[in-house]
Amino acid sequence: MNKIIAKENFSEKVVRLEVEAPLIAKSRKAGHFVIVRVGKKGERVPYTIAAADPQKGTITLVIQRVGKSSEKVCSLEVGDYITDLVGPLGKATHIENFGTVVCAGGGVGVAPMLPIIEAMKKAGNRVISVLAARTKELVILEEQVAQYSDEVIVMTDDGSYGEKGLITQGVEKVIQREKVDLCVTIGPAIMMKFVAQLTKKYEVPTLASLNTIMVDGTGMCGACRVTVGGKTKFVCIDGPEFDAHQVDFDEMLMRLKAYN
Amino acid sequence: MSEYLQAERAQEWRETLRKSMKSKDRTAIPRVKMPEVDPEIRSHTYDEVNLGLTEAMAREESHRCLDCVDPTCITGCPVEINIPKFIKNIERGDYLEAARTLKETSALPAVCGRVCPQERQCESQCFYTLKLKKEPVAIGYMERFAADYERKSGKMSVPEIDPANGIKIAVVGSGPAGLAFAGDMVKRGYDVTVFEALHELGGVLRYGIPEFRLPNEIVDVEIDGLRKMGVKFETNCIVGKTISQEYLREAGFSGIFVGSGAGLPNFMNIPGENLIGIMSCNEYLTRVNLMQAADPESDTPVYKGKKVAVIGGGNTAMDAVRTARRLGAEKAMIIYRRSEEEMPARVEEVKHAKEEGIDFYTLHNPLRYEGDERGHVQRMQLQRMQLGEPDQSGRRRPVAIEGDTIWLEVDEVIVSVGVSPNPLIPQSFSGLEVTSWGTIVVDSDTMQTADETIYAGGDIVRGGATVILAMGDGRKAAKAMHTHLIHS
Repeated sequence: MNKIIAKENFSEKVVRLEVEAPLIAKSRKAGHFVIVRVGKKGERVPYTIAAADPQKGTITLVIQRVGKSSEKVCSLEVGDYITDLVGPLGKATHIENFGTVVCAGGGVGVAPMLPIIEAMKKAGNRVISVLAARTKELVILEEQVAQYSDEVIVMTDDGSYGEKGLITQGVEKVIQREKVDLCVTIGPAIMMKFVAQLTKKYEVPTLASLNTIMVDGTGMCGACRVTVGGKTKFVCIDGPEFDAHQVDFDEMLMRLKAYN
Repeated sequence: MSEYLQAERAQEWRETLRKSMKSKDRTAIPRVKMPEVDPEIRSHTYDEVNLGLTEAMAREESHRCLDCVDPTCITGCPVEINIPKFIKNIERGDYLEAARTLKETSALPAVCGRVCPQERQCESQCFYTLKLKKEPVAIGYMERFAADYERKSGKMSVPEIDPANGIKIAVVGSGPAGLAFAGDMVKRGYDVTVFEALHELGGVLRYGIPEFRLPNEIVDVEIDGLRKMGVKFETNCIVGKTISQEYLREAGFSGIFVGSGAGLPNFMNIPGENLIGIMSCNEYLTRVNLMQAADPESDTPVYKGKKVAVIGGGNTAMDAVRTARRLGAEKAMIIYRRSEEEMPARVEEVKHAKEEGIDFYTLHNPLRYEGDERGHVQRMQLQRMQLGEPDQSGRRRPVAIEGDTIWLEVDEVIVSVGVSPNPLIPQSFSGLEVTSWGTIVVDSDTMQTADETIYAGGDIVRGGATVILAMGDGRKAAKAMHTHLIHS
């Protein structure tokens, strides 16, 4: 049982929860995720950790209401408990001084990107963050991202904030302007697919953090399997980050609809 | 050991019982038959298939045991239960004492009485099997009877515990290996904490073995027994992730037992295997058993295929195919590349599966899967096989019959072709020696790893075995770790 100690509504759909989890707060690294279950009949669902405070013993999750299970988590209030929370899971992001790193986060994917942006900056990289959302009110964490970014580019589909256009346009602008050594992308699978297509064209190495269906999250079930470079991989233990140019996004998109 | 057994055997009540009936009359009694739920009824419910012996049946069966001078049956038991003693207690009507006898060496008697392959263990070494060439004494059925009797009596005994020695021991994983180890160590006075990655305890007993074979309630009761003995349990805690090896050291744990299991399902890597509707047996069984996905109230979904193929011939494959039947499969099939004779599944499981209307496609091997426009599996191509020369395992090798293939319509496929060791511990612990298969190397007598404070057992060492072998490893490790700790 993990107590919710703070809650903030980023928008109607997106909620930030700060949860008591002292052991995870201490051991997690950028890129790690947790499995959350709410209620005795609840489903186990993976969420990437957005932030952690080891002193306070808390981790932060940013969750979008998309279905029954995320709805259950988002409806919890301060003082309520998450029934089960386990982690940190997955492999941590490989952090080093690559040079210039473009961090392309879409929608709620900006939240798990935040610790990567921070770690990349602290490792000495020039960090350019491209944030994308459908509309202004869905742009999240801009201020926090800016704190660790040399530049922030905001793209909205409807042009209500930042520049009008898709995330790929923002990324392409940077690539055309300067040498980019690495691109990291987190967001909806379809978005990551197009970012990967773009960076492949420019031969910019790219990592994508995949969020697939999982049950246990520890390698036991294989529900999360994806094809990477022609080989089957488990997102929970081999990932969640993979070489985006090797990921079979079409298969992943298909498998995400398994229970729809 | 044998001196102790002989002293027990020499007790007056045992002698009196032995003299009370002639061996000839004992051996003339036919072996008891396990009462079962009718196959037609049970293939639609999760109720346990085996109903258990009645008191009269157990008493009758107990008379068959000859209380041999040399009880060879015990040598067939990985946890060395004093088999004649518990059976003779049933014969004299002291069922609670029979249960206490089981608990002297077994942490989970009600589980073992249900899932042990007795026909390959104790019962294969029974005097009836070895010398009389008759059906063995039904040791497993009687074990279950005694354990169930005790549970239902409400008079669960707690084994004697040595005075607390204050030494902290950590156990990684709450499956059969970890539970057996924890039980033996807590009895010796250690302060034992079991760390479990999942939100429920029991490991494979919980997520793997279905309720119609091992009700969750039975697992709960056995774990509760360990709790009463003083074992502490921490769920949602992954050793190697949530807490590290160093954390355990700093927290004052003097010894670690790793029983993290074989949690990595194998796939066949054939075309179409990632189509929707194709999954590992672990995923399927975890959804149904651990997550209760068949319960309409549960948030976890599961496919309820009408034409379900399960690939493999082991116990897990039988569990999966029988589960599929219960979830409404009109056609539930076992696809196995060898013949029935080579099947690793227990005889009883195969028999039960057949009674429940499971179709067996033996000597068939999947080649590829094809799906519909949504990516859902629709059909599979099978290669017909024949048996060739024996391979390294001693079983005859299946050889493809060139050009002889068939297509089968399926809407769900469950791949049950073995598991690999879970890589979490081998990857995150230092000081362990790990094989290329990912199993942890141990001294087979002591279960000690390359790090003298760390012991391991069960599937993380064996790569895929049975509940009782895992329990045997746990007991062996407990004994060795105890010896090691008192000498250091």
